[in-house]
Amino acid sequence: MSDGPLPVVSYLKIPEEGEPYLEGHRCDECGSVYLGERQHCSKCGARDSMSTIQLSNRGSLYSYSIVHRSFPGIDVPYISAIVDLDGGGTIKGNLIGIEADPEKISFGMPVEVVFDDALGRKDADGNSYLSYFFKPA
Amino acid sequence: MADAYIVGVDMIKFGRFPEKSVPQLGAEAALLALDDCGLSIKDMEALYCGNLNQASGMVGQRILQEIGQTGIPVVNVSNACATGATAFREAWMSVKADVYDIVLAVGVEQMGRGLLGGGGGSKGISKEGLLGSGTMPSVFAEAGLEHTRNHGTTFEQFAKVSVKNHHHSTMNAKAMYQIETPLEVVMNAEMISYPNTKLMCSVNVDGSAAAVVASEQKVRELGLMDRAVKVRASVLTSDPWQERDLVMPDVNSCTQMASKAAYEMAGVGPEDLDLVELHDCFATAEILHYENLGLCEEGGAGRLIDDGEVELGGRIPVNVSGGLLSKGHPLGATGIANIYEVSTHLRGEAGRRQVEDAKIGLTHVIGLGSACGIHILEKAA
Repeated sequence: MSDGPLPVVSYLKIPEEGEPYLEGHRCDECGSVYLGERQHCSKCGARDSMSTIQLSNRGSLYSYSIVHRSFPGIDVPYISAIVDLDGGGTIKGNLIGIEADPEKISFGMPVEVVFDDALGRKDADGNSYLSYFFKPA
Repeated sequence: MADAYIVGVDMIKFGRFPEKSVPQLGAEAALLALDDCGLSIKDMEALYCGNLNQASGMVGQRILQEIGQTGIPVVNVSNACATGATAFREAWMSVKADVYDIVLAVGVEQMGRGLLGGGGGSKGISKEGLLGSGTMPSVFAEAGLEHTRNHGTTFEQFAKVSVKNHHHSTMNAKAMYQIETPLEVVMNAEMISYPNTKLMCSVNVDGSAAAVVASEQKVRELGLMDRAVKVRASVLTSDPWQERDLVMPDVNSCTQMASKAAYEMAGVGPEDLDLVELHDCFATAEILHYENLGLCEEGGAGRLIDDGEVELGGRIPVNVSGGLLSKGHPLGATGIANIYEVSTHLRGEAGRRQVEDAKIGLTHVIGLGSACGIHILEKAA
């Protein structure tokens, strides 16, 4: 078992010191931003053109769905949200801290990326995970 | 290049057939399509077989083991929900390229029940309900609400798609369901992923469909031009780069690209179409494709459904078969079942749901990941 929590996805970075953050790659040729590891650019086709960047923990809600039916053991309803990060990159995650009601949710609303335990989920080896969530900012 | 024609086409009634094997289901449609043109498997020069869930299982060969092992080449095709259309297109290409004169395309699928997608990766922990949702109802809910964001489309307008398609299916004996679902029933059905209720999600069913494709010379030689359907355009696209496509599968741009190319190839425009069978895997998706296929201007989809223009009897009837929402969606068969539906109208053989005087029709499917297949069909002169 690992000492601390493991990152829920490879692009969530947990530094020895400092706060967790999301990592992306930006194409040096066309400026496109990707989540996580990337070697070539699928927009412009440039090869070996990627620079590692730290993605913003601020963004705005692009679209969402309110999930009422899921797999056994998953708490519903919850908001599946698509968020455009300030400065580039789009990520998907749970929007928390707001009622799961379309009347309460507005497109473009500012959100913050927060990091917390992955809802108590553990892998087969008993490891805990650190996940990211969105909260109204 | 000479034209290629559909001479035989049919589908089985969609339903749940757990007692049958995938090759048996495929064989049924293959025989129906052969019967439709009075030919035998011995007349076929190649088989193109679309199936998803047994993609490594040599389904095409096993169909021939059911109906006649003639030693012809078999190509097994898998391309998500565009699988059937892709198999048909491979068949069409082989005839257009003058490699074969007459070939068979089959699409077949046996489905389980329940949610598709959201399985997540094999490593670590499940991400479903943690990093949002990957289920198909959610993915297409998010694509629908993008339309709401841009154009103000309402839950009620999305729901009207299901009312329409379920109504259409009451006139189609081969649809899984023949049940009217009024607006309040659709809107008050169990919410799966807002704004898609259970009645706004396509039905997982078992099914198969098949088509016999032949060269112009072969059609004339066989004397089958009377009921033949000309393939005016066949187009396949993949998803072009979009800034959000890592987290939000884009069904729009690949459809826009494909429809543009298909209209160019056919030398027609959306105003020339008499009917459309499009990929209504969810009610939200159908709304998007009105615009993607050019059936209305950008932002006009809500009005189109409100005004009844896409109903049977309207300006451009969409999914008169009942669509994936009510006819059912056996993934690998869907693309050829759509071709069967449009062909049946062009032949004037669609019975109660016949689109009057139909001359040109379009079929559209989307495989998430993504693949878009479009065919434009016309009654042979």
